[in-house]
Amino acid sequence: MSKAATASAAHALAPGALASPANIRRSSSRVSGKTVILIGYIVFLMLPIYWMVNMSFKTNEEILSGLTLYPHAPTLRNYVIIFTDPSWYSGYINSIYYVTLNTIISLTAALPAAYAFSRYRFIGDKHVFFWLLTNKMAPPAVFLLPFFQLYQTVGLFDTHIAVALAHCLFNVPLAVWILEGFMSGVPREIDEMAYIDGYSFPRFFTTVFMPMIRAGIGVTAFFCFMFSWVELLLARTLTSVDAKPIAATMTRTVSASGMDWGLLAAAGVLTILPGALVIWFVRNYIAKGFALGRV
Amino acid sequence: MTLTLENVAKRVGADQHLDPLSLELQPGSFNVLLGRTLAGKTTLMRLMAGLDAPTSGRVLENGKDVTGASVRHRDVAMVYQQFINYPAMTVYENIASPLRRQGKDKAEIDAKVRRTAAMLRIDPFLQRLPAELSGGQQQRCAIARALVKGAGLLLLDEPLVNLDYKLREELRAELRDIFADGKTTVVYATTEPQEALILGGNVTVLHEGRMLQTGPTGAVFHAPASLECAAVFSDPPMNVVDAILTNDRVALTDGTSLPLSAHDRNLPAGPCRVGIRANNLTVLRRSERLVPIKGRVELSEISGSETFVHLRHGDSTLIAREEGVHSHPFGSEIQVYADPDRIFVFSTAGQLVAAPNWRRGALRNIA
Repeated sequence: MSKAATASAAHALAPGALASPANIRRSSSRVSGKTVILIGYIVFLMLPIYWMVNMSFKTNEEILSGLTLYPHAPTLRNYVIIFTDPSWYSGYINSIYYVTLNTIISLTAALPAAYAFSRYRFIGDKHVFFWLLTNKMAPPAVFLLPFFQLYQTVGLFDTHIAVALAHCLFNVPLAVWILEGFMSGVPREIDEMAYIDGYSFPRFFTTVFMPMIRAGIGVTAFFCFMFSWVELLLARTLTSVDAKPIAATMTRTVSASGMDWGLLAAAGVLTILPGALVIWFVRNYIAKGFALGRV
Repeated sequence: MTLTLENVAKRVGADQHLDPLSLELQPGSFNVLLGRTLAGKTTLMRLMAGLDAPTSGRVLENGKDVTGASVRHRDVAMVYQQFINYPAMTVYENIASPLRRQGKDKAEIDAKVRRTAAMLRIDPFLQRLPAELSGGQQQRCAIARALVKGAGLLLLDEPLVNLDYKLREELRAELRDIFADGKTTVVYATTEPQEALILGGNVTVLHEGRMLQTGPTGAVFHAPASLECAAVFSDPPMNVVDAILTNDRVALTDGTSLPLSAHDRNLPAGPCRVGIRANNLTVLRRSERLVPIKGRVELSEISGSETFVHLRHGDSTLIAREEGVHSHPFGSEIQVYADPDRIFVFSTAGQLVAAPNWRRGALRNIA
């Protein structure tokens, strides 16, 4: 007991400094127990992803003939098809286009809104702020019919902006909530200081304030990107040919010759990549983002 | 600049944060706002700066009405209690930012930034971010940014309160010299009577949103107009006991009688209240003139190299100052000695009737 206390105290005082052999042995055995559980968990999580990557390098014959842990006859055919067939790669271009559009619109609208909620008191501010989230309380299917009808009428059907605007319904409130959390972490005195120094509001906002909450803006952009990227229902319903997203293309791969499994898996891998890439950039702030900036 | 406040008041919702007050600050003067927390110091400063508009009254800058004018167009600089710097900018850019907004040319900005930084001894850190500095350096950076602007009115809202004791002493001594350029009107808010005395200049004593007294710091300290003012401008708070005034003596309720010195003679007889500062109530009998007062020890508070002995005397608590570190057993009866030449006499309503002649006192101390 006292020995353990001394050991932990020594650790606390000088992590990585000299430790007695007994300490090293005990801590290494404890770590290995932890490691086994963690490795098991990671394997459990990564297995479906591995399987998809695995499949994407196989031929359909190999996929259908039996269980193989790695591609015995590796092929890039599936990827080649996606990058050469316009009906495939245009799906990616469409998705990236409206997702980017949506992220820009959401941030542009949410930045001033979040600033207002964070800095000013006005009639009904708390209620408006709370009810912003009602849009997230209903399943997107609820909004399907109104959007479809509306966009048909105004001629926005099957355009990128249509999907981008529809996704704003979910992303703007979320962005406002996340950004408000980050902005409220900035002392109000900084705003006042800037006005005393002679900044105009637009200049203060863009050159002083936004750099201060750039982590929050990054996380918000990531969330907008992710929600818009994975959303299938609205994106599929509001488009037919010109703005068809990749997820919709993927659900239509059944041909006369049956399901093209390898192609589907390759498309899946390419769908994960942008998200993984964006997560890498904001990895340090994601937890704060999930807490809507309020940690 | 001359800053004039005419009957300014601030009300937020149903709360009166500041009662109407009028004040005129002379160009180049050093003004201390003294008051405890919630006294309205910050409220008053924000009105002076133009960050908030007064509910009523007018703010004049060199005779020009600037009430409600945007702070952007006011000639002010401010230092907050918290260390407020732009975290995404380097120290250099922080200090340069008010000059950049004024549209000064590069060479002038560079010269001014470097000169001000050198004055505040943060010149080695110009390329760092504020977060990479210590608290004292961060506040120096904020002060440098306020100074470099060259505004006619410089507001400092308890700038040293978040610093540790040593740094506070050091920076306070420097501030006095830095502000002594004679052009800028400086307003300095503090809760500490000590700080007000060290900084000197003029003092305005605030309490619960009211202005109690204003005037040269020494004069206000030596002749506080009321008990409230004396309580705020005294650390520890001035001892106050009920007493009866007769021809040339003042009798405390327990029968202790103090002779009145020349300055207190010819006062109307009757009930009054007597104020004695802790440093004029000593445990050691330094002179035969001193009058003993009995009390029961409640607490021996050690502050640095002094001890403040809290005593129960009748209905009131007395605090006596004692040099050195001492401990008196709780509940023991001791005698403390009051200097009759140093007592303040207040009316029962709390207005000053007589104060010790402090100029004479000062001379005697020197002799």
